[in-house]
Amino acid sequence: MRRGAMHAKWAVCAVTVALVATACGGGGGGDSAGVISASWGDPQNPLEPANTNEVQGGKVLEMIFRGLKKYNPKTAAAENVVAEKITTEDSQNYTVTLKDGWTFSNGEKVTAKSFVDAWNYGALLDNKQKNASFFQYIEGFEKVHPEKGMPTAKTMSGLVVKDDKTFTVKLNQKFSTWPEMLGYSAFMPLPQAFFTDHDAWLKKPIGNGPYVVESYTKGSAMKLRKWEKYPGPDKAKNGGIDLRVYTDNNTAYTDLQAGNLDLVDDVPAAQLMNVKADLGDRYINQPAGIIQTLTFPMYQPAWGGPGKEKLRRGVSMAINREEITKEIFQNTRTPATDWTSPVLKEDGGYKEGLCGEACEFNPGKAKQLIEEGGGIPGGKMTLAYNADTGSHKTWIDAICNSINKTLDSDNACVGAPFGTFADFRNKITAKQMTGPFRAGWQMDYPLIQNFLQPLYYTNASSNDGKFSNATFDKLVDEANAETDVGEAVSMFQDAEKVLAAQMPAIPLWYQNGSGGYSDRIGDVMLNPFSVPVYNEITVS
Amino acid sequence: MGRYVIRRLLQMIPVFIGSTFLIFFMVYALGDPVAALFGEKAPDPATVARIRHDLYLDKPLWQQYVHYMGQIFRGDFGTAFNGQPVIELMASAFPVTLRLTLVAIVIEMIIGIVLGVFSGLRRGRSLDTSVLVFTLVVVSIPTFVSGYVLQFLFGVKWAWVKPSVSTDAPLDELLLPGVVLALVSLAYVTRLTRTSLAENARADYVRTAVAKGLPRHRVISRHLLRNSLIPVVTFIGTDIGALMGGAIVTERIFNIHGVGFQLYQGILRQNSPTVVGFVTILVLVFLVANLLVDLLYAVLDPRIRYA
Repeated sequence: MRRGAMHAKWAVCAVTVALVATACGGGGGGDSAGVISASWGDPQNPLEPANTNEVQGGKVLEMIFRGLKKYNPKTAAAENVVAEKITTEDSQNYTVTLKDGWTFSNGEKVTAKSFVDAWNYGALLDNKQKNASFFQYIEGFEKVHPEKGMPTAKTMSGLVVKDDKTFTVKLNQKFSTWPEMLGYSAFMPLPQAFFTDHDAWLKKPIGNGPYVVESYTKGSAMKLRKWEKYPGPDKAKNGGIDLRVYTDNNTAYTDLQAGNLDLVDDVPAAQLMNVKADLGDRYINQPAGIIQTLTFPMYQPAWGGPGKEKLRRGVSMAINREEITKEIFQNTRTPATDWTSPVLKEDGGYKEGLCGEACEFNPGKAKQLIEEGGGIPGGKMTLAYNADTGSHKTWIDAICNSINKTLDSDNACVGAPFGTFADFRNKITAKQMTGPFRAGWQMDYPLIQNFLQPLYYTNASSNDGKFSNATFDKLVDEANAETDVGEAVSMFQDAEKVLAAQMPAIPLWYQNGSGGYSDRIGDVMLNPFSVPVYNEITVS
Repeated sequence: MGRYVIRRLLQMIPVFIGSTFLIFFMVYALGDPVAALFGEKAPDPATVARIRHDLYLDKPLWQQYVHYMGQIFRGDFGTAFNGQPVIELMASAFPVTLRLTLVAIVIEMIIGIVLGVFSGLRRGRSLDTSVLVFTLVVVSIPTFVSGYVLQFLFGVKWAWVKPSVSTDAPLDELLLPGVVLALVSLAYVTRLTRTSLAENARADYVRTAVAKGLPRHRVISRHLLRNSLIPVVTFIGTDIGALMGGAIVTERIFNIHGVGFQLYQGILRQNSPTVVGFVTILVLVFLVANLLVDLLYAVLDPRIRYA
């Protein structure tokens, strides 16, 4: 009996330790009026403007920052915000003048230095910012961010502060549409607090946008509140936004249905069938600046060798885009007929049907072209994709099915899943792909240049297929040097016609942004990046 | 007794080192995580080189491991890619999951043992049969099905509870996820208790106790149940570890930001410090739970001694 009691004591002790360890937590924040709750994903990188390259972090930056320019949520046009004017005479030397009256939410003034310091910070290799390459057109970039070795300068020589309200930028090449890039979050200004107490800033970022960060619990929630003294014209029309991290968009959708959440900006694929019945008008489905392609490994002679463009065009014509977007994506994708996105609009360079017959489903012609191009290499092709996210398997299988039917063969095409996105990307970067692979491009800024140059220019940063074409490169160079924007756009489209002839990547479809909201809120729309325009949302 | 505990604790050290090395090796084998940080964009080589250097990824595997273990003994579990120390992630995730596990264990113990006792004592009768059918059904439904169905019924259709758990994850919100998590184990506990009880009901000491004229409830609780619980306790003990690690599905369905959530994120993003750190702690939990089980044997059966 006595020993039994002693054993029990030992066991109880251990259990108590476990219990005490769990007795923390508690203490939720009170709900304030006019606050909207919205779904969010855990940002992948620390929330620094030049270090944020994905949508979830970008969402927050959009709320707490305003840069020189901002993309109009409806038209995607880059409009001046903090910039009074950005002038140039030769498309290479720019003078930026700022507006009066802009401050950060901690009271500090937004000056020319706020921009120049932020850009120099973003470009400097030591800071390991993932968007550093956005500053590559500024003179002196290669000194702060050399391809190998240590930086030999801390700041870029092309950036000069003239006075509080003016700075000049010298580019290392002519680039007429460069100012249009400046709405991108990498170019946001930073307050001195960012440099003096970096850790504190990361815990609670300070910006100059319509919202201020009230609290930030990494990995689970961020509370943003309306900044009453916001000097800009686009003040928040609600009391604030509570961003809640969901790992599963199904749960976010369930929460929306149960009235536990106001806004989801990603309707799960499984719910697309009944989302209209569930939400009615409160379901949003509109084009976003995202295009999906199948990219060919041009470094493989079987795919990229001379005369293989017939094969590539043939494969493109064997894909029934209409049917797949309708049956699998429930019309949340639109069959692509060029290499840009409808959100650019006609003026911005989107041209419907530019791809021509090569993007139309035509099994007869497809079969003929593939045969003329030497047939499927080895009689069997694989479509590579990552299986960890995004349910890519379904549509990859559908494409293969479409190709197989065209070729009257059961296994001319099969999907080749990769376990993780990292593995998939590693193989692509290491040029180890043997067949076409899926690629998605979400625009950084709404310019036709952003859909072409990084992806298809010789040795460009995201030219995954290693496509190289002298005519294409020349047309892009000329387009960049052209001062008239209309002319530049049409030259980019000429370059795009080279893609239509060569088909280094098959345009599949434009992706739509999809979202849904509760009946508590109104005036919800998505911007061209498929991010909700939070500050316009009203609460009833 | 004390010496036994110390010896067991010492034995944990090689197990700990071995298992961390295995995990480290496996996560490493998944490939280079840095490229994925750049999304669909090709990474800029200079920045990649810097990040790899900072994360110690440019060294051979054994050096990485030694460096990592050195860090752990200084209480530093490294930094996740979003710049947050892994120890902070643990501090926020483990209490939540522990709470969820405790809720599940309590549910599983109370309901499982009670059902098991009732059906064990009424073997072959209709109550016994219905309990067996019930547990069979529960075992055959995967967690994600029961999770989504219960979430939809209780959270959306009847609106009795919130379908997702808030950041602080208070106990009352964890009830439904706790039930979902407990369901499968609950069925096992029921069946184990039932069988064990039915077996022991014919044992000599029970007959003796009955012959002594002890009241029925005392025979059941002091003699029959206490001896019959040993296999059940073994199961529940190892289940603590399994539930904590296996909460990935449940945590995902109910948006609970616990260990499962962090592990899932860590694996998805190939974030080795997170994965290795969390699994290391889970290994420790498993080891401690096993020790507790062994100690509990003696409480249940005084004949068992430790030296």
